[in-house]
Amino acid sequence: MNLDMVAFIGRSTLSWVQVMGRSGVFLFLAVFQAFQRPFRMSRLLKEIQFIGSKSFLIVFVTALFTGMVLALQGYHTLTQFGAQALLGSAVALSIIRELGPVLCALMVTGRAGSAIAAEIGIMKLTDQFPALEMMAIEPVKYVISPKILAGIISLPLLTAFFDVVGILGGYLVGVQLLGINHGVYFGKMITAVTFADIYGGVIKSLCFGLLISWVACFMGFSAQSTTEGVSQATTRSVVVTSLSILVVDYILTSLLL
Amino acid sequence: MIRVENLVKTYGRIVACNKVSCRLEKHKVTVILGGSGSGKSTLLRQVTGLEKPDSGSVFFDGMDLTRANKKALYEKRKKMGMLFQGSALFNYLTIFENIAFPLREHTKIADNVIKNIVTMKLEMVGLRGTEHLMPSQLSGGMMKRVGLARAIVMDPKVIFYDEPTSGLDPISTGVIGKLIKDLNTKLGITSVVVSHDIASSFKIADKIIILYYGDIIAQGTVAQIQNSMDERVVQFIAGSPEGPISFTRTDDSYIDALLTDNDNTTGKML
Repeated sequence: MNLDMVAFIGRSTLSWVQVMGRSGVFLFLAVFQAFQRPFRMSRLLKEIQFIGSKSFLIVFVTALFTGMVLALQGYHTLTQFGAQALLGSAVALSIIRELGPVLCALMVTGRAGSAIAAEIGIMKLTDQFPALEMMAIEPVKYVISPKILAGIISLPLLTAFFDVVGILGGYLVGVQLLGINHGVYFGKMITAVTFADIYGGVIKSLCFGLLISWVACFMGFSAQSTTEGVSQATTRSVVVTSLSILVVDYILTSLLL
Repeated sequence: MIRVENLVKTYGRIVACNKVSCRLEKHKVTVILGGSGSGKSTLLRQVTGLEKPDSGSVFFDGMDLTRANKKALYEKRKKMGMLFQGSALFNYLTIFENIAFPLREHTKIADNVIKNIVTMKLEMVGLRGTEHLMPSQLSGGMMKRVGLARAIVMDPKVIFYDEPTSGLDPISTGVIGKLIKDLNTKLGITSVVVSHDIASSFKIADKIIILYYGDIIAQGTVAQIQNSMDERVVQFIAGSPEGPISFTRTDDSYIDALLTDNDNTTGKML
């Protein structure tokens, strides 16, 4: 019984290390080949359109309501200390430092990460990777590299958009609804937010962008060639990415502070 | 054209190719026949360089594909076309873009010329007019024909067909068979067909190779195969359940399996 336990721990550790190693090699190949000729700009733009611009609406709604609820909660807490003038900086700092990168990444994971894993899984299931190879086209370079790059490029931009919309959401509730002076809202914000806050948010969103496309591509690529395999890969990609985003966020915050 | 020498490929304990040696001759249609699990698809994957064998060589145009680097392999691939079992069309591209895909990737041919080439290839497979459709809007047989149009768009010297007629109705099977033969006779394309469809194979083959659990048990012209005295070949051609090729997959005793009280079937839980 005890030996079984030890064997189980050993086996799971081994398989975990194997997966980590394989995914590392996979990422290395995808990034390495992204910088080999021929460059396919149209492929990259298409992926940026898919991961980035098609996520605009969902990011907009998430950001708007996040900013609004932050202002509502913040106002009621801050009035207890008579500090409602700080609402602008409170909303801006929480969004720029934490909520912007994290929520944006979680939303993109749900929308684009799952779709990428499913798409790649189905390509594998229907022999499209060997078909590319038979046409003398490197599948990792053609399919995976643009997606990884597009993730890294799209997420900081989406996060910047999230930050702006979130701050405007806070403005709607704080200034228009609850009657804080509009100069105070923005004035305090401008003095409180430093370049380091914005820089930290950008670093986070870059890492999350890489994480989303990397995990989704790897899960799809290593999926079993069955319908269950594809559905498992999709689910797993969303779960693993979401959890990793939260863990990586903590690590990055502790490093950046 | 293609020479396979002492090819060995194993997956764990299963020997998929056991020292296979054969020649796939220029301008001929060679059909590799075998039941499921006979190693014929594995052989095709080794011959095209999609997988590396454990040992042995595959010479294509004098170059050993098993030892070639990626660049050299991809150069040779431009002379190969392949029709996959499931057609492997790109589901996010239209029929036109699917067929134009290799041209766009490997050549700088102008758009109006590409359009003419694609139209010609579609006409050859009898599907002109479907350019704007998506692969999901076609039937299985039509998808195979589009896959074939894509395989020949770069004017390859060799085409590999993986189970070209499996899952098709009799008419589509006949159409695909005729296309394979026509491409071979009219354009002189060397053809390698992996199949278990005996009737259509006999119609198109110049040479037949029969595989059985990783071994070549017979090869020759259609007439030679039909007159073969080998019991396994006779059974395979007749499609008979009785004979040396066993229907069951295990050598264990059936009575023992019923009588012994072990948990092999339920799987050992941790």
